[in-house]
Amino acid sequence: MSGQVVVSDEVAPVQLGPPILEVAGLVKHFSTDRGLFGGGAKLHAVDGVDLQIFPGEVLAVVGESGSGKSTLARCILRLIDPTEGRIVFAGQDVLALKGRRLAGFRQQVQPVFQDPFSSIDPRWRVGTSVAEALDAFAIGTKAERRARVLDLLDRVGLDPSLVGRRPHELSGGQRQRVGIAAALAPSPRLIVADEPVSALDVSVQAQVLNLLADLQRDLRLAILFVAHDLAVVEHISHRVAVMYLGKIVETGPTEAVFRDPRHPYTKALLEAIPRPDPDRRMQESVLRGEIPSPIAPPSGCRFRTRCPVAIERCVTEEPEMTLFGEGHTAACHVARAELQKQDHQRRQ
Amino acid sequence: MSVAIPNVPARTSRRQGILASRKGRVGFAILVALIAIAVFAPLIAPHDPNAIDASRILAGPDLAHPFGSDALGRDVLSRVIYAYRVSLGVAVGSTLLAFLFGVPLGMYAGYHGGWVDTLIMRPIDMVLALPALLLAVALIAIIGPGSDVALLAIAVIYLPILARVVRSSTLVVASQTYVEAARARGTPSRRIITRHVLPNAIGPAIVQATILMGFALQIEAALSFLGLGAQPPTSSLGVMLADGRDFLTQAPWIEIFPGVAIAITVLAFNFFGDGLRARLDPRGVTR
Amino acid sequence: MSDAILTLEHVDVGFATDDGTVSAVSDVSLSVASGEIFGLVGESGCGKTTLAMATMGLLPASATVSGSVRFQGRELVGLAPEDLRRLRGDRISMVFQDPMTSLDPAFSIGEQIAETITAHRNVQRGQARDRALALLADVGIPEPERRYGDAPHRLSGGMRQRVVIATALANEPALMLADEPTTALDVTIQSQILDLLRDLRQRLRTTIVLITHDLGVIAQLCDRVGVMYAGQLVEIATVAEIFRAPRHPYTQALLAALPTQHQEPGSLRVIPGRVPNLIDPPPGCRFASRCPYVMDECTIVPPLAHESADHLIACWLSEATRAAAHPAGAATGGAA
Ligand SMILES: Nc1ncnc2c1ncn2[C@@H]1O[C@H](COP(=O)(O)OP(=O)(O)OP(=O)(O)O)[C@@H](O)[C@H]1O
Ligand SMILES: Nc1ncnc2c1ncn2[C@@H]1O[C@H](COP(=O)(O)OP(=O)(O)OP(=O)(O)O)[C@@H](O)[C@H]1O
Ligand code: SF4
Ligand SMILES: [Mg+2]
Ligand SMILES: [Mg+2]
Repeated sequence: MSGQVVVSDEVAPVQLGPPILEVAGLVKHFSTDRGLFGGGAKLHAVDGVDLQIFPGEVLAVVGESGSGKSTLARCILRLIDPTEGRIVFAGQDVLALKGRRLAGFRQQVQPVFQDPFSSIDPRWRVGTSVAEALDAFAIGTKAERRARVLDLLDRVGLDPSLVGRRPHELSGGQRQRVGIAAALAPSPRLIVADEPVSALDVSVQAQVLNLLADLQRDLRLAILFVAHDLAVVEHISHRVAVMYLGKIVETGPTEAVFRDPRHPYTKALLEAIPRPDPDRRMQESVLRGEIPSPIAPPSGCRFRTRCPVAIERCVTEEPEMTLFGEGHTAACHVARAELQKQDHQRRQ
Repeated sequence: MSVAIPNVPARTSRRQGILASRKGRVGFAILVALIAIAVFAPLIAPHDPNAIDASRILAGPDLAHPFGSDALGRDVLSRVIYAYRVSLGVAVGSTLLAFLFGVPLGMYAGYHGGWVDTLIMRPIDMVLALPALLLAVALIAIIGPGSDVALLAIAVIYLPILARVVRSSTLVVASQTYVEAARARGTPSRRIITRHVLPNAIGPAIVQATILMGFALQIEAALSFLGLGAQPPTSSLGVMLADGRDFLTQAPWIEIFPGVAIAITVLAFNFFGDGLRARLDPRGVTR
Repeated sequence: MSDAILTLEHVDVGFATDDGTVSAVSDVSLSVASGEIFGLVGESGCGKTTLAMATMGLLPASATVSGSVRFQGRELVGLAPEDLRRLRGDRISMVFQDPMTSLDPAFSIGEQIAETITAHRNVQRGQARDRALALLADVGIPEPERRYGDAPHRLSGGMRQRVVIATALANEPALMLADEPTTALDVTIQSQILDLLRDLRQRLRTTIVLITHDLGVIAQLCDRVGVMYAGQLVEIATVAEIFRAPRHPYTQALLAALPTQHQEPGSLRVIPGRVPNLIDPPPGCRFASRCPYVMDECTIVPPLAHESADHLIACWLSEATRAAAHPAGAATGGAA
């Protein structure tokens, strides 16, 4: 959907062979009618997303709050049905899975949810929650499961003595780690992690990120990593996809996107990173202008209402994905024009 | 400010339970006493409830017969104790029966939604729409009177109420992220219902059932009063009320004590139910 | 500090659990000046939320609180629930770490904000509604009119968080406790929220206690910072000092764990070991089991002592260097 340029994926060494997950043309609209006379307006939560993840790869999805990242994740996890599009996991059409095959998919694709408070059953003890998938798939003996739970708790930095606590007796970050341990328990091949470390301080976060990096390297675990903390993203991910109002506006190898962002929104994001340095305070927020609504997205480029470099064409025409480097694409008229100008100059 | 305060989960330890509230404690204590009376009736009743004593016809209360005697000279205290046993049995039995069938139905309908929901809830709503007593009378007209039929009739009245309550709390629980998480982790839906939904959604139904149990005693009494419940020689509180009606001015004790027994029981169940509610609600089931 | 708006003295919080009493906050004393933005950081589970909840009088029944919490000179520990309720949401407000459970799923987000206003202010419903709409716009919710009637579950995680922030701002409180208010926000929206907080302080001299893991946010916004570890307050300093010359070994280790550019994945610096079990924690400094400088004295709780006018440290090492009159001695050696 989003343009004719195919993302070239031969960049990172991990990306050999077929992708483990492929999402094509994914669209999810929510209806907004509430009252009796609901006008039937549609909320465009996800509006044509393509992406691929390879075994052993970490793909970070970053973007504006409300841009559809969690909705994308829930579609991939088959918790909600997309309005349109295709999701393929390890060669299987995910949206057509049923019964035993769906169960197999669930075992291999585990979630970490954005909200560590509401995503654990308040009545379950920590140990039971972590073992949920192990119990569901009857993996190992009872003793083995228990040993695995205790080991996982330890690896995410939780005292194994917490195993008998209930969620309301834990802090936010402790709950988040229970969620991570639960996702790792059945040794999945893909983890769809929605802000998995947002409630952790940097030292515990470092421990969890190291653990994920080890698993990714040793077991070729693939991770879809939704995050707001760009320092974390830069550290852990191989590739980044930047979302804005339901669409991916820029994607590419992490290094390239961070060093040479092409889309104005990506640039704004990188500029807005609060630096842990009190001597360099930013006085004003970078983006101005009206935040557009997913119910009535702006015409042309969706970013134009806040874009500092928008031109007339941005109002009328939706920008196409343009290739800027190996696997590095962005959808922006101005960036594309700049690229063409550079090419032109080089040729002369 | 009522809104921004989170529903701080009750971080109370389990042991405190229902007994943390005074109402709950009072209700609990009375119920324990009442149940003991019903269970140990033969040991507690001072006289044979059916023994006729011609010398004591309509005799007032005295030390040997604290509740007085009825038109046949039978000891009212002993009769109340035995009748209470029958009435409470019907009340508890009917509510349990309704709970046993109503809860799974409501939970299944609420969890699956869609046409499953419609299929289950439509008939139930129709039953709910009928006046309760009319329904019971109709049922008894078909099967014939008796305390076991009264039990069944009350169960039929209660089932839709409990199914509705469970369905709505199930809807709330089923939309929680942890249920979504369980699905994503691969937990089969049967297990999700029994392990996640049931424990989190059952609370309001338990509270409701407790309160309904008290009222069941009243319904049973009404049916028996109309001659539709327990049949002689079995006596229930309603039968006693009906028997005493003719002597209301002469010998009010025949009427008063069964009435008081009903009132105390209804109140105790209500108190206990309130205590339970306080215990169960802050955990956010019905938020 | 004479114009302190919030003063905590020797606050202890314990939670009764099946396994024993969790010592979640241990002997914390601290004072926040009026108009100040005070940051609170520390390892996950170190008692930040508990401390904030204790201030708000919102701890569960299983908690026992001792010590003193004074707000504008008024003692809050032991205050009648009705008086506390009047303060909350009005003079003191809180942004809860858990946005979903602080919103009622049965009511629209707009109504919830409006209700916070009408609960404390004698205003017309229409006025409250207008104010709620303005607040939604302030926190960057697009099309507030349209979103006003939305139930919380129809919002994204970050939008919910902003609704909770809007609720906390509704009555222009004198003191705002913000527990991880921006974790679910992207950096552009986050910087907008930070602007909002700065502006609040500028206009109304609102005092803000900001609990966050994001050291970037701390650096950008706060005046002073308190560092907690396993229930103990181990260091307080101005934000510049904390980043330039962290003195407590835990603070140093925390700053060293910040991810930096071009670091191999899997090679982030962690603090070896784990927090002690808070049920019967070992006596003394609770960081001792992980501290590279641990000494014999560390089995006794070090006092939170002044290193300079506005730098307090609870560590025997600093105590020793102070005694040796070498304030810039070996203690800073491990600084990031
Ligand atoms: N169940 C739902 N019903 C209606 N609208 C929804 C629903 N879930 C999400 N939305 C809307 O879809 C849009 C995208 O939401 P989503 O949760 O995917 O955003 P997000 O990128 O995860 O944001 P955040 O970073 O804030 O979590 C939002 O405008 C949200 O209001
Ligand atoms: N109700 C409770 N019962 C028992 N222990 C509790 C309870 N609430 C919190 N705790 C424990 O108290 C400690 C402090 O918890 P608190 O929520 O204050 O941490 P925090 O600093 O906010 O952490 P985070 O950054 O992860 O949110 C934790 O170790 C936690 O396990
Ligand atoms: S296409 Fe136009 S509006 Fe969109 S990002 Fe590029 S310059 Fe800005
Ligand atoms: Mg989200
Ligand atoms: Mg916390």
